[in-house]
Amino acid sequence: MNVIFVAPLIVSGIAAVLAALISILDMIVNNYGIVKIVINKGKKELEVKGGGNLLQLLAGNDIFLPSACGGRGSCGACKCVVKTDIGPLLPTETPYMTKDEIDVNTRLSCQIKVKKDIEIEIPDVLFNVKQLEGVVEKISDITHDIKELYISIGEETIEFEAGMYVQLVVPPYGKIKGETQRAYSMSSPPSDKNHVEILVRLVPGGIATTWVHTELKEGDKVKVIGPFGDFHRMETDATMICIAGGSGMAPFKSIFKDMYERKINNREVWYFFGARTGKDMFFLDELRELEKKWDKFHFVPALSEPEESDNWSGETGLITAVLHKYLKDKISSDTDREGYLCGGPGMIAACKSVLTDNGIPLEKIYFDNFA
Amino acid sequence: MAPDINLVTLFIASIFTSNILLSNFLGMCSFISISKDMKSSNGLGLAVTVVLGFTGIINWLVLHYILIPYGLLYLRYVVFIIVIAATVQVLEMVIDRISPALYMALGIFLPLITVNCAILGVVLFVEIRKYNLMQTLFFSIGSGLGWWLAIMALSAIQKKVQNAPVPAGLKGPGITLITIGFMAMAFIGFSGMVNVQ
Repeated sequence: MNVIFVAPLIVSGIAAVLAALISILDMIVNNYGIVKIVINKGKKELEVKGGGNLLQLLAGNDIFLPSACGGRGSCGACKCVVKTDIGPLLPTETPYMTKDEIDVNTRLSCQIKVKKDIEIEIPDVLFNVKQLEGVVEKISDITHDIKELYISIGEETIEFEAGMYVQLVVPPYGKIKGETQRAYSMSSPPSDKNHVEILVRLVPGGIATTWVHTELKEGDKVKVIGPFGDFHRMETDATMICIAGGSGMAPFKSIFKDMYERKINNREVWYFFGARTGKDMFFLDELRELEKKWDKFHFVPALSEPEESDNWSGETGLITAVLHKYLKDKISSDTDREGYLCGGPGMIAACKSVLTDNGIPLEKIYFDNFA
Repeated sequence: MAPDINLVTLFIASIFTSNILLSNFLGMCSFISISKDMKSSNGLGLAVTVVLGFTGIINWLVLHYILIPYGLLYLRYVVFIIVIAATVQVLEMVIDRISPALYMALGIFLPLITVNCAILGVVLFVEIRKYNLMQTLFFSIGSGLGWWLAIMALSAIQKKVQNAPVPAGLKGPGITLITIGFMAMAFIGFSGMVNVQ
């Protein structure tokens, strides 16, 4: 009888002793005490408990680097320049770095551990980034798979340029154990400082989108971090050629509202919006209304596969084909033209090539890269 | 009963005459894949030696004070591997703290060693040949140094081979295996000089 118990007891005993040893040692060895993080040559100095990763230590002190993946090292957004020698680039960082970035010792803040006093440099605008505690004021069904969230951030304010994005913090739910963050462009205009509005399209299997579509209710508390991003309107007189699909509508809604409110009327604006069928199309009335009130604004919605029941009288075909037709015939190439894109990677790549084929240089095509 | 071999003989023998790699062909996978680069070879050799020194001793203690008294010898593979994995984990943490430079030099090799068969092989030899504690220490470190010597020798030879006119079909692993074969034959010349069992 004893024999049956001795073997498992001894093996698990050995494993337990070793595990305990590792945990105790971890507590002793990985205790780095208090370390100092100096940001932008002393603009800000933080004293933090050493041993953690830089991204989290900064976030704990209200400095938020952009991070679309939430610190898993899969988006490459949380880059910062490290001035102190903290050893060579890790294999997890190299895929995201260009040669220029390596030369100035750019690192992924989610991958590096802070073990001693370090000096880092981040863009100054990131000091504006805040973590905002909001309440969902309204959830509207925009189409069968897109919801609009209107989040009140109460007394707090958010200062941003139209086109920027926020990161929505998704708490653990159902089978999802950890906290997740996902980036969404703001669709509210910068003048609405006490609200954040985003469009969320349901992606089958998506952690954040499923949460918004199935769990989130009006009145719920949510956290957003922002603003981030450098997608915004350039201050030129060039004709703006804006192209979007699906929830890519969001930044443009913000940009157009902002331009209209501030009566910016020095340039032509063309807005191409592509959808598959009538049930994927939205904000038609609002945008047509805007077109009537604002003579420089032209709205071109297009359906790629219109159905009988849609009664569609507008453009049909893929948005790239419609865009090509307009660039050839309707949009004058006498003035400079700039491209603004928001949509999936496939759409961005396809539209980029249509724009460059029609003489718009690559450096004048702007887009957000949410991979 | 422990075999009657003096420690210096055992130490020298484990480096040269019964080289763990070239006479027992243990730890082959990392030997072939890492030996392309001399700097990495050096790091890996050092890591193997350090880990062998520690795991040899710890596993000897586990073997003689836990497994044999309780008649659990049949569990030795599982237990040895658990001990090796834990030791590597502990070493990794300690080295990271004490010497970040060494930690960077060992890099990803340290965790890889957990599954290096030379490490388990040495422990099993210790058990079969019934070494005592001191013999185990000298045999483990000697084997580590022997492994280190072999991988450094191979990577040095590989450097020469790179500039040699190797037939296209033999480039890469082919010529490496042939090289290792020659090295092993050279080391066989030593065998029989000293008996380690």
